[in-house]
Amino acid sequence: MNKISVIIKREYITRVRKKSFIIMTILAPVLMTGIIILPTVLMMNGDKNLKKIAVIEDGSDLFKNAIPDTKDADYVYLGNTDINVLKKNFEQAGYYGILYISPEIINTPNAIQLISKNQPPIGLLDHISGSLEKEIEREKLLAYNIQDLDEILKNIRTKVSIQTIKIDETGQSTETSTGIAMALAYIGGFLMYMLVFMFGAQVMRGVIEEKTSRVVEVIVSSVKPVQLMMGKIIGIALVGLTQFMIWVLLTLGIVTVVKTTVLKQGSMTEITRNLPQNIMAENQLIAATPQTAEMSPELVEFSKMFDNAMNQDWLLIITSFIFYFITGYLLYASIFAAIGSAVDNETETQQFMLPVTVPILLGLMVAMGTMTNPESSLSFWFSMIPFTSPIVMMARIPFGVPFWQIALSMLLMIITFIAFVWMAAKVYRTGILMYGKKSSWKELWKWLRYSG
Amino acid sequence: MALFEAKNITKQFGRFTALDDVSISVPEQCIYGLLGPNGAGKTTLIRIINQITGPDSGEMFLNGQKLKTSDVTTIGYLPEERGLYKKMKVGEQALYFAQLKGVSKTEAMGRLKYWFKKLDIIDWWGKKVEELSKGMQQKVQFITTILHEPKLIIFDEPFTGFDPVNTNIIKNEILFLRERGATIIFSTHNMGSVEELCDNITLIDKARTILEGSVDEIRSKWAANEFDLVLSGDVQIEDNGLYKILNRQFDNNKSTIRLKTAGSSVTNEILTEIMKSGEIISFNPTLPSMNEIFIRVVESRN
Repeated sequence: MNKISVIIKREYITRVRKKSFIIMTILAPVLMTGIIILPTVLMMNGDKNLKKIAVIEDGSDLFKNAIPDTKDADYVYLGNTDINVLKKNFEQAGYYGILYISPEIINTPNAIQLISKNQPPIGLLDHISGSLEKEIEREKLLAYNIQDLDEILKNIRTKVSIQTIKIDETGQSTETSTGIAMALAYIGGFLMYMLVFMFGAQVMRGVIEEKTSRVVEVIVSSVKPVQLMMGKIIGIALVGLTQFMIWVLLTLGIVTVVKTTVLKQGSMTEITRNLPQNIMAENQLIAATPQTAEMSPELVEFSKMFDNAMNQDWLLIITSFIFYFITGYLLYASIFAAIGSAVDNETETQQFMLPVTVPILLGLMVAMGTMTNPESSLSFWFSMIPFTSPIVMMARIPFGVPFWQIALSMLLMIITFIAFVWMAAKVYRTGILMYGKKSSWKELWKWLRYSG
Repeated sequence: MALFEAKNITKQFGRFTALDDVSISVPEQCIYGLLGPNGAGKTTLIRIINQITGPDSGEMFLNGQKLKTSDVTTIGYLPEERGLYKKMKVGEQALYFAQLKGVSKTEAMGRLKYWFKKLDIIDWWGKKVEELSKGMQQKVQFITTILHEPKLIIFDEPFTGFDPVNTNIIKNEILFLRERGATIIFSTHNMGSVEELCDNITLIDKARTILEGSVDEIRSKWAANEFDLVLSGDVQIEDNGLYKILNRQFDNNKSTIRLKTAGSSVTNEILTEIMKSGEIISFNPTLPSMNEIFIRVVESRN
């Protein structure tokens, strides 16, 4: 036992000290959160340049002030101006573009033009068409001579957003978000795939390194081959866990920082005041102050998403992640170790890699499918099969999985990895001392049955 | 008393027989040569002694006790296919191997300093292995083999990669280790070093023992009635019923002649005969070199 710990220590320390490990450990969560946060931040800040758009209406002033200014663009109503003159010098006059509304607009929706030097952003077009549509609808309604029309319109204006609430066996309900569950399923499944594959391949590379540098014979004269193999596998597993734990802590740290700074930085003081309160109260407040919500919907959306994410069962997710990582990794790492022991160099691993890669990739594909349909029987079966279950189960858990399914999947996982570690050890023991022999699956099968 | 004994070792890989009923007995404080052509089964036997692989049948004894797993700490092994972790620092690596052999870190540290100084590689302590020359790597490897002060040391081709100066240093270290009480099993194709170092040998060919015993005994047993005769002056002698001339040289006013005597000849008779021709400076039996014996034995089996 003491010798295994010496091996584990070496495997662990030499890897953790590597520059690539340190860089990867620190950069990965920064990149991850960057990928998640960047679009939101971009959405919030948008285009920094305030655009000025000249609105010209031919023949009437029906749409005067119909288009409200946004934070991206100001709409300057010029009324009845000669478009041909303005076309020539609108840029010098400081306009981004000219919006030309012809008198035909009520009847033909095409009678509207936006003239600009650049392709205008889609948000701008949506805003213009939306505002004009609303105004035209209002004008048309007015034609029916309804009394108190403005009052009625204000009353019927509604906003719909669906709240999803999950109820567990104890009747406790938590507000959830399908979007968040999908994101977690994606991250969980993909991260599992990446970690198992990455660290499994590291085991293989380590075994090949020892074999080609011929260190292995010196070592196995001091320890049993199984001890060397397990020491390596466990050492690398600890490297993986260390990395994962640092990622979790760093992500938590970044999330906290984001929560306290980026969200508060938002221009709307009303919202920031509401943020620390619980989600239900916040929703009521937002409902009660529709203008506020309308003025910075992205920020509200973001904070809501944030709180929803916090409502996930993180303890279950992280513990099962660690469980599936360890067992899934042990399963694949032992196969990788056996392959590494059977070859003389890395290029020779090709023929063995395919049957190992296929189930992992299959798992990843099913996991991606799981995001859109978590209850499918395909997802169920693949979350039971030990070769794919770590990836697929991680994709299922954010959507809620019955306890017995998790337990059964874990049990199958444990049985399988023990069987594979045992078989791999037998192949490994023979393989590491074989040189210059073209190995094949048949050969491996023969080694498996050699005695001591 | 034999420090190490292997009795009736047999090992098969599938249908291939690597060792067939091989026995060796290594006396204490002896340098024991394990010889044989490539593929004879030496490495398999060495691996079995090191408990890297197990024999199909047969038994092994260390100090009269059956060999146990824990005995690896009293055996040192320098394999022919050896290597070090290229990216690891020399000192760290030597410590690692010592710990694997069950030596505590502080103990190993002291001994390592001693040996690194003795073999003049202490300046390389903090360097990565890949920065070292092949000879220096071999020195590090040699140190890691003996650091846990094993009672039985197995050297498989210990001199490869060494220049003549370093070969000599290592040779002396091996003799020094024996002096301090170690027993050494020494496998090599270099027959010169066998004559120089080994007390006893076993020659294995095609999985079987074909020759064993002390080096001196084997050489005299294989001696083919040949003698080296040195006479003063330019002397010619002729073949006769007692002997045959194989070879004659003349230089420095001396004639050196190799004779092959007839099986029944008596040395005194031969000398009396030769004395008639000139003044004898020396007359010695020529022992065949281990190299010759090796080739003759192996070829006679083919």
